[in-house]
Amino acid sequence: MTVATTLVALQMVSAGEIAPADRRSDYSLMSRDNQAMQDDDRANPGMLWVLEGEKLWTEKVGSSAQSCADCHGRADDTMKGVAARYPTFDPARGRLVDLEQRINLCRTDHQHAAPLAWEDHGLLGLTAYVASQSRGLPTNVTVDDSTRPHLAAGRTLFTQRQGQINLSCEQCHDDHWGERLGGNIIPQGHPNGFPIYRLEWQSLGSLQRRLRNCMTAVRAEPYPYGSSENVDLEFYLMWRARGLPIEAPAVRP
Amino acid sequence: MPHRPLDRTPSRRQFLITVVGASGILSLPASRSAHATPATMAAAIRQVVGEAPVTPGKVKLDLPPIVENGNTVALTVTVDSPMTPSDHVKAIYLFNEKNPQPNIANFYLGPRSGKAAVSTRIRLADSQKVMAIAELNDGSFWSESVDLIVTLAACVEE
Amino acid sequence: MAQALIKVPAQAKRGEVIEIKTLISHQMETGYRRGPSGEAIPRDIIKAFTCTYNDTEVFRAELFPAIAANPFLSFFVVATESGVITMTWLDDDGSIQKESAQIRVD
Repeated sequence: MTVATTLVALQMVSAGEIAPADRRSDYSLMSRDNQAMQDDDRANPGMLWVLEGEKLWTEKVGSSAQSCADCHGRADDTMKGVAARYPTFDPARGRLVDLEQRINLCRTDHQHAAPLAWEDHGLLGLTAYVASQSRGLPTNVTVDDSTRPHLAAGRTLFTQRQGQINLSCEQCHDDHWGERLGGNIIPQGHPNGFPIYRLEWQSLGSLQRRLRNCMTAVRAEPYPYGSSENVDLEFYLMWRARGLPIEAPAVRP
Repeated sequence: MPHRPLDRTPSRRQFLITVVGASGILSLPASRSAHATPATMAAAIRQVVGEAPVTPGKVKLDLPPIVENGNTVALTVTVDSPMTPSDHVKAIYLFNEKNPQPNIANFYLGPRSGKAAVSTRIRLADSQKVMAIAELNDGSFWSESVDLIVTLAACVEE
Repeated sequence: MAQALIKVPAQAKRGEVIEIKTLISHQMETGYRRGPSGEAIPRDIIKAFTCTYNDTEVFRAELFPAIAANPFLSFFVVATESGVITMTWLDDDGSIQKESAQIRVD
């Protein structure tokens, strides 16, 4: 690392951040029953979406009549490691894209098919299927000249107070993780399990859905689906979770 | 913030003590129309067992004492039985006290089951009692009940 | 067709007690929820589940709205002979879904 990047990296670590030795997946804070639900592929409801995604992977769509498999072959080969490094910077578009957006860009650009709506069953299926191919691999987004500004923007979003309740993400998830809010344990809030089967939703859902819900919870206006704010925050969260294993599709309360 | 109707049993003070003890946050799902009560649970049980006595024993009901999220609660019910043609469990009935309806599920087994153990996942609207009743082939009924605390989501998101 | 996952051992010894796990995609709409304008959302759940072993029923369940979404059911069955184990789910609206697995019993 050059001196410049070292200094920038040091700047990134602040007093509020969780010490590296204390970082852990939110899996560890769940009840034994919920952990068991995640661990068993035959009991994890998220696997129903992975199954859906597996089916869609070979479905020919759009005016191109191409399937994902036609370009990408076997997902368990070509998609290994992909979810672990998303969001990535798309130089052609000059912006950061997350996994859901990348899947939709493939649909529009290459399959010439209409993009799928956020939280659409099929999009969740494909995201879950692709993400599950990275299970066990460490979260590893790329921080370079293109993405560094997004990391900073995401960090600003994470640490700023917002909403009528006037809380920042950092205050709960860096400063008070492991303590209780009402009857629930506050998680560190890592994205390494997404898309997750959330018991509160009784459905699989995306990271953007979760982030929007958090903002509503502090009575802030959530950023729209697909907004650069959400993707910047995702990027910061993935960097904050660096090294934690991908668990998609995780179960969370 | 949605409120519970004031006329439900148990008394409002008892209810507030239970809920505040459990979670400290009185945020509830929007629809709270009809509720089961201990009386409707008793009536639903009577429909199954008639006037026969229900004896505590033989049944093991596995549920977490404190529930992180009432939407999906893992439940396992096991009955101590050799499951032979002459001595086996015919059915297991699950009941609850405070969901809108007293029934949860009925399971029908027999000697071909080999083992009287069933697992599923249930919904619980509130802290309450869940009861499992096993019916043996000799017509006897056995039971176990568990009291659970159901915590409500701290952050109301939608 | 809803997605369903079943786990039946491919092979067992005669007389062995085997565990069967089943999971099916279904919202299990309780009938107690209200929509954005206060309108009642009608009930739509899987109300019955059957497991047959070479066409003989070996396990049956009646389900109510208190069963969580994406219903999970696991139970036990004696491995008596080689053949087909079939799960059937019955929806409130009368639609049926079946999934089968082969088992070899020595």
